[in-house]
Amino acid sequence: MHSMPNKVFTFYRDGFRSMVVGRTLWKVILIKLFLIFAVLKVFFFSTNLHTAFHTDTERANYVLGNLTRLPAAR
Amino acid sequence: MGEQTLATVDWSRAQFALTAMYHWIFVPLTLGLSFLIAFFETIYVKTGNEDWKKLTKFWMTLFGVNFAIGVATGIIMEFQFGTNWSNYSWMVGDIFGAPLAVEGIFAFFIEATFFAVMFFGWSRVSKGFHLLSTWMVAIGSNLSAVWILVANGWMQYPTAMQFNPDKARFEMQSFVDVALSPAAVQKFTHTTSSSFLLSSLFVLGVSGLFLLQKRHQLMAKRSMVVASIFGLIATAFVAFNGDESAYHIAQRQPMKLAAMEGLYDGQNNAPVVAMGIINASKKPGDKEPSFVGKVEIPGLLSLLANREAGTFVPGVNDLVYGNPEKQIVGAKQRIASGQIAVTELANYKAAKERGDAAAAATALTTFNQHRDDLGYGYLKTAADAAPPVAPTFYAFHIMIALGTLFPIIFILVLYFAWKGNLEEKGWLNKLAFISLFLGYVASQAGWVVAEVGRQPWAIQGLLPVNVAGSNLSATNVQITFFMFLTIFTVLLVAEIRIMMKQIKIGPEA
Repeated sequence: MHSMPNKVFTFYRDGFRSMVVGRTLWKVILIKLFLIFAVLKVFFFSTNLHTAFHTDTERANYVLGNLTRLPAAR
Repeated sequence: MGEQTLATVDWSRAQFALTAMYHWIFVPLTLGLSFLIAFFETIYVKTGNEDWKKLTKFWMTLFGVNFAIGVATGIIMEFQFGTNWSNYSWMVGDIFGAPLAVEGIFAFFIEATFFAVMFFGWSRVSKGFHLLSTWMVAIGSNLSAVWILVANGWMQYPTAMQFNPDKARFEMQSFVDVALSPAAVQKFTHTTSSSFLLSSLFVLGVSGLFLLQKRHQLMAKRSMVVASIFGLIATAFVAFNGDESAYHIAQRQPMKLAAMEGLYDGQNNAPVVAMGIINASKKPGDKEPSFVGKVEIPGLLSLLANREAGTFVPGVNDLVYGNPEKQIVGAKQRIASGQIAVTELANYKAAKERGDAAAAATALTTFNQHRDDLGYGYLKTAADAAPPVAPTFYAFHIMIALGTLFPIIFILVLYFAWKGNLEEKGWLNKLAFISLFLGYVASQAGWVVAEVGRQPWAIQGLLPVNVAGSNLSATNVQITFFMFLTIFTVLLVAEIRIMMKQIKIGPEA
C-alpha cells in the first residue's frame, strides 16, 4: 500500500509524463521565467528603494524628499 | 537613483500600459473560460455523455494554453511597481503589500493542487472530485483577482486611510472599508462579469469557425448554446454594474465622466453623446467647439449621473476652473491649497530634522487642513488636472457600442440553435468569429477608460503620476520598453500558433 506522499508524487510524475501540449507550454513557461528572473530582474530591475537604502527611515526620508518639492523646483 | 524627468515618467507609463494591456489579454479568458469549462464538465457528469467530456477537454486545452502563456506576466507589473513607481509603491505599501502577497500564495496553492487534478486527474480521481477541482480552479482564479482589483478600486477612490507624514505612507484605517468600498466592489464585479462575456465570445468565435469549416458541428453548437446563455447572463451583470459604476464615477471622479462624454461645459439636463467626433484641438478653457459632429440623446447623462432628470453634470471646464454658481471647487483653487500642503509637509520635515517640536506641530496642523488637496500641489497648471479627453471618449463609446452588439449575437445564436439551423447561418458564424476579437477590443477599451480617464492621478487627487515615479534614466526605461514589446509580441505569436494548432486538431486531440 502506497503512502499519501508517494501517491501524490506518482500522480504528478505520471501527469507530467503524459503531457502532450503541456510539454510545449512548459518550455514556453520556463523560457519566459528565465527572461523575467534571470535577464530582466538582474539587468534592468536591479535598483529600487529596497536595494538603494538600508532602512525604512532612509526610504521614508527619500520619498518625503520627493514629495516636498513643488513643481517649480522640479 | 538619478533625476526624474517627464520623459522617464512618460516612458514608465507607456511601459506599464504595455505590460498591463498584454497581461489583460490572458487574464479575462482565464477568469471566464474556467467557469465555462466547469459548466461543460457539470453537464458531462450529469448526463454521462462522453461527447461532453471530449468537449470539456478541448476547451480545457485552450484554457491551459492561455494560462501558460499568461503565467507571470503579472509579475512584471509587480517588478515595475518597485522599480519605475518606487514613490507610489512605498506610499501604498501598508495598504496593498500583505493582501497582494496573500493573493500570490493563495493562487499558487489553488493552481498547484486543483489545477493539477483538473489536467492530470481524469482517470486518476473520481468524477465528482475532478468536477470539484474544475470548479475550484474557476472560483480560485476569480478570487485571486480580488485584491489587485481592490487595489485598483482604492487608487480610483482612496478611502479608509490616513497619510502618515513621518513615514510618507498611506496607512490603512479599516481593512473592511478598503475591501468593500463601492469602487472596489464595482471594479471587481464589472471586471469579472466582462471577462465572462469575453470568454463567451471566445467560445462562440472558435465554435463559429468550426461551423464555417463544417467540422465538429455538434460540439460547436453545444458550446455555442452554453456560451451564449452564460454570455447573456454576463451581459446583464455588465450592464447593471456598468450603470452602477458610471453613477459612482459621476459622484467620485466627475472629471473622468466629463472626459468619457467629451463634456467641457457642464449643463443641466446634460445629454449623452451616442456617437461623435471629438475636436482634437480643443483644450480646457478655450472657445473651440468640443465636437466636429455628434448625435445626442437629450437629458440622459443627467439621469444616469445623478439618477435625477434635468440635474447639473459638471464639465471639464467646471472642474478645472471651478463653478461658484454650482459650488464646484476647481483644480485651480485646489492647486493653491495643495501647494500649501506640500510646503507645510516640507516645513514639518525640516522642523523635525532640526528638533523644533513647536514648528513641526504648527506645520503639521496646517498640512492636515490642506492634506486632501496634496496631489493638486504637484500640478503645474489647472488644465493638468484634466485627462486626455479624446482617447477616453472613444474608448468608452467603443466599449458601449460593442457591449450593445454582443447580446444581440448571443440571442441570434440561441434563436437559430433553437430553430435547429445554426450551422446554416454562415453570416452569423462569421459574426461570431469576428466577435472573438471584438470582445478583446471592448475589454481593453474598458481599461483605457478606467486608467486614461483618471489621469493625471496614480492615486485619485492625492498622488499624480509625475510624483509617483522613480528617478530612473529615461534611456533605461526606453530599453526595457522595447525589450518588453519584443518579448510580449514573441509570446503572443507563440500562444496564437499553439492555440491555432489545437483548434485545427479540434476535440479529437
